[in-house]
Amino acid sequence: MDKANLLKLLDRVPYAKTLGIQLTGDPERCLLPARKSNIGNPTLPALHGGAIAGFMELSAMSLVLQHTDAERVPKVVDYSVDYVRAGKFCDTHSRCELVYLGRRMINVRVSAWQEDEASPIAMARVQFLLKDTPW
Amino acid sequence: MAIDYDEFRRFMDVMITSNKGDHFNTLGLRVERVDQRGVCMSMGYAEGLIGDPETGVIHGGAITALLDTCSGFAAATALDDLGMTPTIDLRIDYMRPATVGRMVYADAEVYRVTESVIFTRGIAHHGDFERPIAASVGNFFRLESSTFDELRREFRESQRQHRENGRG
Repeated sequence: MDKANLLKLLDRVPYAKTLGIQLTGDPERCLLPARKSNIGNPTLPALHGGAIAGFMELSAMSLVLQHTDAERVPKVVDYSVDYVRAGKFCDTHSRCELVYLGRRMINVRVSAWQEDEASPIAMARVQFLLKDTPW
Repeated sequence: MAIDYDEFRRFMDVMITSNKGDHFNTLGLRVERVDQRGVCMSMGYAEGLIGDPETGVIHGGAITALLDTCSGFAAATALDDLGMTPTIDLRIDYMRPATVGRMVYADAEVYRVTESVIFTRGIAHHGDFERPIAASVGNFFRLESSTFDELRREFRESQRQHRENGRG
């Protein structure tokens, strides 16, 4: 799927709008602008771990869509995230790496960071299953 | 000292409802039950959670956030007193899509507590554990109890004022 079609698809995904994820010129990189609705801890303040996880999952999904002919949102079989630093209330970036692209299974590694790419706030891996019908 | 479940339930309610427009609010999370078996929370079906525009099925990220929150609160029930438990890591297995239009529940429990780590597992479902939407395993930090002294003091003070206002 090219970027124009991906933008059109993402525009129709309400959850992507709820988080506020943005694509960049690089298919491997996405941006999550600081937004109050993603805060989980108002005292620090810090982003909700679930919002960071959702952002990373969507980032991986957009990379997969740009690498395949899939016209629909691919299914996630399993997802694992390691949190290493608190997500501050500021812009968050993601970078995805396509680890394995098979006919049925796709594995993507994702890291999320804020000020410095070398100091991630979380790392994740996502296993996708490509199938026309769900499960 | 073990936690008081009724007080912990009020603590959870304050955490997830007191900040209008935050992520808890955005996802529509609610506390269903808190006891020695663990924590149950719910998330109503809402348009803003949809991940697949063709089917209207909610996005896995919202299920992840629900399980993360529910497991984190379950972990906090294993603390000696009110407090929070940062997530170390979380793994989610998605087993079937959530049914469009239905409320999603998460049930999480603690199965091991060590000096620094609390181990939890959870299930997202529509009311039937035998038909899970997703299963999770999450590990959480057990910080020094004194880390939350101020948070506890503030919470108890606000509860006390709330009770007095209620009487007035």
